[in-house]
Amino acid sequence: MLRTAQLIVAVSLAVALAASEEIPLSERHSSYQDMSAETRAMQDHDAENPGMLWVLDGEALWQTKAGKAAIACAGCHGDAETSMKGVAARYPAYDARRGTAIDLAGRINVCRTDHQQSPELARESRDLLALTALVARQSHGLPIDSDEARLRPFIDAGRAIFTARQGQLDLACAHCHDANRGKKLAGITLSQGHPTGYPLYRLEWQTLGSLQRRLRNCLIGMRAEPYAYGAPEYIALEAYLMWRARGMPLESPAVRP
Amino acid sequence: MSCPFRATSAAGLTALWLAAALPAAGAEEGLRLFAVVGDAIPASLTGAKGDTERGRAIVADRHVGLCLLCHSGPFPEEPLQGTLAPDLRGVGSRWSEGQLRLRVVDAARLNPGTIMPPYYRTDGLNRVAPSVRGKPVLTADEIEDVVAFLVTLRE
Ligand code: HEC
Ligand code: HEC
Repeated sequence: MLRTAQLIVAVSLAVALAASEEIPLSERHSSYQDMSAETRAMQDHDAENPGMLWVLDGEALWQTKAGKAAIACAGCHGDAETSMKGVAARYPAYDARRGTAIDLAGRINVCRTDHQQSPELARESRDLLALTALVARQSHGLPIDSDEARLRPFIDAGRAIFTARQGQLDLACAHCHDANRGKKLAGITLSQGHPTGYPLYRLEWQTLGSLQRRLRNCLIGMRAEPYAYGAPEYIALEAYLMWRARGMPLESPAVRP
Repeated sequence: MSCPFRATSAAGLTALWLAAALPAAGAEEGLRLFAVVGDAIPASLTGAKGDTERGRAIVADRHVGLCLLCHSGPFPEEPLQGTLAPDLRGVGSRWSEGQLRLRVVDAARLNPGTIMPPYYRTDGLNRVAPSVRGKPVLTADEIEDVVAFLVTLRE
């Protein structure tokens, strides 16, 4: 809670870009549309989509008893296909008990520690990605539904980070994904930077990765210090990105070049 | 209502503002002092002339100069060039050596909203990665090599 309050103060002090134009709602589109026909086909067909291997792993973990409580996710939630439908489209969510925003992977770890009484799964570990992919899959095609009323301070904090210059190259997220979207950075078409596909399979990574891993890549490209996985700054950025993409359909597990 | 410092032209205004901004950047630890005159840094940062061939290699290298991430230019061997910034062909005709030097050293002095990174400034930056903290993107020698190359891009 304190960390979050500090974050909000810190980012509101950060130098924001003078005139950052947000993308008009009607002009938003996923970077799926910029991909080659082959990569799109890979995302569209479950049998070809490598991300489905994580979803299958997630299904097995969902049924596996874990922790001192010796209970499986299915023990509390039953069939993921029905109980988890639409859940990922609402994350990050406001966790009233903790008084802060929490992302989907963080929520899964809360179930691990509080309900299964087992240790947290490490960020970017195969098991946490698999469970996140399974839950996200149940929102495939559903519109993002940001809980704007309760997430407002987090959305604002995320926007402040998005528009602030950082790193040795003195760039802001908004420079690439708002102001110069559609232009080419070297050979790559800069997308609008939407979070709609995560966790997703990146051909460059040769594996499935979270949104935080993607943001870490962007920060390293800007020669800025990446935040620690799970840091409130990432949750705030995700809250802003999901609000910015509100109404757009989720695509997880997506495929990206 | 006469003010002795009132700038008579936009160029004069820029010159005043640049002169006022100079000490902060010039005094930064580890960086060499340089003098901004108008919209240019007329003198070499090192006192020596840069090497054109090395400059070309720096500009074309995506991990050193990074220039082609945003710019395009006469680099037929490099298929992946950027469209975020003006083509570098002809910059040597458009700008003098000193003007090119200031644009590479710290383009934000001319356009505060620019996305062109400051290649020879270490102050006023936020959350710089620890491995490069306190270091400019290019060294003074590399800046001079790049400037020597840009001067040759005439048309
Ligand atoms: C210098 C340019 C640059 C900056 C600055 C930058 N990014 Fe990116 N970003 C990229 C590139 C290149 C990609 C991969 C291609 C694409 O999707 O645009 C990418 C991808 C993304 C994606 C994935 C989009 C998808 O469809 O999978 C998101 C989300 C994103 N960036 C958010 C951010 C955020 C948040 C920041 C700031 C912390 C940021 N970016 C800063 C260049 C940049
Ligand atoms: C992240 C983007 C980016 C990178 C990287 C970059 N530039 Fe630029 N540069 C720009 C933009 C945008 C402009 C246009 C003027 C402005 O915005 O201030 C520019 C302007 C220039 C100009 C003036 C061009 C003209 O026609 O007026 C020169 C010269 C220049 N850049 C050289 C370089 C060199 C050399 C490098 C690498 C060492 C480099 N730039 C790296 C974005 C970039």
